[in-house]
Amino acid sequence: MRKRYGEARGWIGAMETEQKKCDSGDLPSLRRIVCEQGLLSRPDGSASWMQGDTSVLAGVYGPSEVKVSKEIYDKATLEVMLRPKVGLPGVYERSREQMIKKTCEAVVLGTLHPRSSITIVLQVITDAGSLLASCLNAACMGLMDAGLPMGSLFCGVTCALDADGNFTLDPTAKQEKEAQTVLTFAIDSIEKKVLMSSMKGTCSVEQLQQCVAASQRAADTIFQFYRDSACRKYSKW
Amino acid sequence: MLARAVMADGGACEAQKRIGRVVMPGEALLLPGHAEADGERLRLAANGPQKGRLVCGPGLRRGGEGLLVTKCGLLRYRGPGSGSGGVYWVDSQQRRYVPVKGDHVIGIVTAKAGDIFKVDVGGSEQASLSYLAFEGATKRNRPNVQVGDLIYGQFIIANKDMEPEMVCIDSSGRANGMGVIGQDGFLFKVSLGLIRKLLAPDCEIIQDLGQLYPFELVLGMNGRIWVKAKTIQQTLIVANVLEACEHMTAEQRKQVVAKVLEN
Repeated sequence: MRKRYGEARGWIGAMETEQKKCDSGDLPSLRRIVCEQGLLSRPDGSASWMQGDTSVLAGVYGPSEVKVSKEIYDKATLEVMLRPKVGLPGVYERSREQMIKKTCEAVVLGTLHPRSSITIVLQVITDAGSLLASCLNAACMGLMDAGLPMGSLFCGVTCALDADGNFTLDPTAKQEKEAQTVLTFAIDSIEKKVLMSSMKGTCSVEQLQQCVAASQRAADTIFQFYRDSACRKYSKW
Repeated sequence: MLARAVMADGGACEAQKRIGRVVMPGEALLLPGHAEADGERLRLAANGPQKGRLVCGPGLRRGGEGLLVTKCGLLRYRGPGSGSGGVYWVDSQQRRYVPVKGDHVIGIVTAKAGDIFKVDVGGSEQASLSYLAFEGATKRNRPNVQVGDLIYGQFIIANKDMEPEMVCIDSSGRANGMGVIGQDGFLFKVSLGLIRKLLAPDCEIIQDLGQLYPFELVLGMNGRIWVKAKTIQQTLIVANVLEACEHMTAEQRKQVVAKVLEN
C-alpha cells in the first residue's frame, strides 16, 4: 500500500514522485512512513516521524510541574509548541499549535494528572507537503512513547482536491500548491471519528464527505503502522 | 496476527488472549465470564466465576464491558493469590515517574522549610518529608539533612490530588535501610522499566554485575540509581554497564561483563 522508492533520497531538494490521484473506490495510498521512538534522551517521550520527505521531530514532557498562572485544578495543562525549520514561530504556527492542542486534549486523559503540565514540542525538519498531518502523527507517537494515559489514539491525514474534483491523499508540497482545496483531518482510533478538521479552499459537501471517507480508510493504514512500530519497540524488551 | 484482526474490526478482545502482547491505547479487553454475554456490566462481587476481586493496574481503566487500555505496552497478568482475583496491568517503557503510595524512591532535598523538607523525586510535584520521619528523630534531636542530600524513602501519601509525602521509617519506626544516602557514590537515571526489571526477585543483571566488584546499590522506583564501589573507576564501570543494560540482550550483557572481568 505504501509507496516504495528504489533508493534513499539523501538530499532534501530532490522532488518526490507525485502522489497518485484516486477515485472514491481506490485503496488509499500514502507515502512511505518511517518512525523512530525514544530517540532523544532528555524528554520523557520522543518520536521522529517521516512521511515521504516531510519530517517532524516531537518531544513530549510530562506530567511535570506547571506554572501557577497556567495551573488547572482538575486536569493537566496541555501545551503544544510548533517550531518552524528556520526562524521564529509566527501566526501560522500558532494557529496550527491550537489545532494540534485541541486534538490532543480530546484524546489525552488529563484528569488523571491534575495540576501538572504536558508539553509537546514539534520541530519541523522538512516540509514536503501534508505538514499538519505529520505533526499530528508525530505528536501521537511522542505521547505514546511518553506513556501518557490516552483514551484512544489519533492520526492526521491530508487530502488535496483539484479543480476537476479528483482528490489525492497525503499530497506533496507541489500537489498542495496546485490543489484547489487542501483538507486535513485528525481521526481517532476507536470509531474513526473526526477529531479535528482544517480546510483551505472550497469544496462541496459531497466532496468533503468523500475526503472524510478516504481519510478514514487511510487512518487504518496509519494505525496499523503505529501498532507494528510499537510491537517492534517492545519485541526487544 | 491476532493484533491485525483486532485492529481491523476495532472490536474488543478477551483479555486473557492478549497477555504478554502489545496493547495500544483505546483497545477494549473483555474479562472472562463476562464476554459480551448480554452486555451486562462487570460484577465486582465474589459471586462471579472468578473468586476475589480483579484488580486493574497501571495503564488500564474500567469501562464498557471490561477494561480499556490507556497506555501502550505489554499486557501482564498475575493470577489469583491470597485475597485477590488477579491483576492485569500494562508494562511500558516510561521515563517520567508518577508517585505511587508505598514506592521506595531516591529523592534530592531541595529546600528546608520549617519542620519539613522539600524533596525532588522526579514527579510533577515535590514531595514533602517531615523531619520527624527519621529513625530516632525527636523535636530536640533533629536529623542532619542538608539541601542537596540524597534521601532514600517511601511514599505514605501519593495521589493525584495531593502533595506526595515521604517518610524514612517503616510502620514500626525503624529506618529499615531508608534515610540519608552517604556523601560519595554516583547517582544516575534510567527508564522506569529497567528499574522494575532490576528489582524483580533473582534479577540476572545484578547477579552478573556482582561477579565484577563488590558494590553498594540503591534502586529508586523513580528511575534513579545510586552506586558506590571501592574506587571511582569501579563505580563508573558498574554505572555504565547498568545504564547500557536497557538496550542489551542477556548474551550481550554477559559478553560485556566478561570483557570487563578480563581487564
